[in-house]
Amino acid sequence: MSLVLKNVVKRVGSETHIYDTSVELHDEGFNILLGTTLSGKTSLIQLMAGLERPTSGEIWFKGKNVTGVPVQKRNVSMVHQQFINYPNFSVFDNIASPLRVVNLSRSAIDERVGRVAEMLKLTPMLGRNPNELSGGQQQRTALARALVKDSDLVLLDEPLANLDYKLREELRDDLPKLFADRGCMVVYATSEPAEALSLGGHTAALHNGQLTQYGETPSVYRQPTSLRSAKVFSDPPINSAPVTKKDGRIHLNDQVSWDATPAQMHIADGQYNIAVRAHHITPTPPSGASVKVSGRILVTELSGSESVAHFVMDDQTWISQSHGVHANKVGAVAQYYIDIDRCLFFDLDNKRIAA
Amino acid sequence: MAVKSNNQKAWLFVLPVVLLVAFNALIPLMTVVNYSVQETFGNNVFFWEGVKWFEDVLHSERFHASLLRQLSFTGIILLIEVPLGVAIALTMPKKGFWVSVCLVLMALPLLIPWNVVGAMWNIFALPEIGLLGRMINGLGIDYNFTQNPTAAWFTTILMDVWHWTSLVVLLAYAGLRSIPDAYFQAAKIDGAGTWAVFRYIQLPKMKRVLTIAILLRFMDSFMIYTEPFVLTGGGPGNTTTFLSIDLVKIALGQFDLGPAAAMSLIYFLIVLLMCWVFYTLMMKNEDQ
Repeated sequence: MSLVLKNVVKRVGSETHIYDTSVELHDEGFNILLGTTLSGKTSLIQLMAGLERPTSGEIWFKGKNVTGVPVQKRNVSMVHQQFINYPNFSVFDNIASPLRVVNLSRSAIDERVGRVAEMLKLTPMLGRNPNELSGGQQQRTALARALVKDSDLVLLDEPLANLDYKLREELRDDLPKLFADRGCMVVYATSEPAEALSLGGHTAALHNGQLTQYGETPSVYRQPTSLRSAKVFSDPPINSAPVTKKDGRIHLNDQVSWDATPAQMHIADGQYNIAVRAHHITPTPPSGASVKVSGRILVTELSGSESVAHFVMDDQTWISQSHGVHANKVGAVAQYYIDIDRCLFFDLDNKRIAA
Repeated sequence: MAVKSNNQKAWLFVLPVVLLVAFNALIPLMTVVNYSVQETFGNNVFFWEGVKWFEDVLHSERFHASLLRQLSFTGIILLIEVPLGVAIALTMPKKGFWVSVCLVLMALPLLIPWNVVGAMWNIFALPEIGLLGRMINGLGIDYNFTQNPTAAWFTTILMDVWHWTSLVVLLAYAGLRSIPDAYFQAAKIDGAGTWAVFRYIQLPKMKRVLTIAILLRFMDSFMIYTEPFVLTGGGPGNTTTFLSIDLVKIALGQFDLGPAAAMSLIYFLIVLLMCWVFYTLMMKNEDQ
């Protein structure tokens, strides 16, 4: 029941959309494709669906090579970022559309559409047209169309991106429940790290058409194998800077250095790049070991109950994120604490080294 | 107690619009209304006639015949140009170099002035020297648009189709291009065929632009004058005398200003009414 990509490459004209990619996606739970725009999420989804053919390489599904098999014969469903429904069909007919082509009896169609509509809270809207629905309802109709047939593979291409914040949260909570015990594989593309974390499952980090890491979502988040993966999986952007290790001390710059933590003791002397997530740089000291830095505040923003501050230290901008509302003045010099236990170490090729 | 003073300056700002509408629409229209209820024998002497001219026009067989010819012509060209335009738009390339080539080729007929189109087709279709005329006669069909009413109608319709189908093509093409690819992908996943894609995605998504295309083609063809005037002069006999040609004959040929003015107003009201009916019908499903 697994989906395997073997050395898949996709080129369009002189541009490479997907570089040589091999991965075996996990059968259960969500498989999340995480990356910014143009990272290749949509290209991969289209290859997996069979809407596009890879330039080279093979795609295997359930132990069969499906590389050249067109999408109609693959039993897949898909939900797009835009709300795609047949414009002059009622919600009922829209949901029933994938069933009409497989010659199901009238009563069987009614029964299945009714069940899916109930699940997605669309029952009162069944008689309406898609353009009379709100964005959330339109997207739920599209989801219902994907759920109503027993697909082997469900592809969700940023389905929540065009919804407003409240609806996004609501649907995001519902999604895993909707697909639980359906026995289908789900691939979910998103550009938001928070969305990947809340959906769980497995995550594939993508950057510029390259798969940088694939694994269980929490482990990709906590144990990025490269600086690229760490950057893909961080919002606000992860802080990174060069450091030098010498005589058991880590030097960030002339003023800032610290004694290597037990884990960092094993690293050989030399130059490295470190990465620290924004929420590990805080205005108050963390419970563990930390080092104090100071910088001039450039920008401050509040998002919900989180405060984010961008400050300049050594001609470099650093980002701090902390709980609570902190009154930071732009232009003021403020002090921050870097949680040194949470620093990720990378060699100069930006490959992660254990620390 | 504070009294809110009326600011009379506002009138100054409305004035340009009032003047524009007055000179552009109201005054010419009222002049026509003025003529339509009076009789004149020249020298600016007018006699009140009431609604006599309107009654005359509405009961005249000549008007009925022109109106019928006009309705047939408009009906036929709409039935040809709209499906043909949509069909051409569907076969046009979606991207690449040929898009611009096709668009320019399509736009060319629209850039040619009406009387030039009429003159072009007149020469093109002449049975003795015209390319089209000689070809059709060469096929053994007796074709002479200056003498045979069927040939005259055929030529007039062909000319209009050549001149104006492009407009429908361009509008339909714009409508088609604005449909996101995701719709076609969704249809592909559902296993929908070409016809189903056209019927359930492309056609409903083109509805707005097609409404505009039909309205524009209706209004334009209903008021057609120059092209048939240059091509056939309304003949042979009266067989291609459409409403506006007839109107000019009455107004400037016979100098019957009263009946001509009454006919103008009736003509105007018909166009207005038909547009309203068309628009309401086509927009009805839109706001359900």
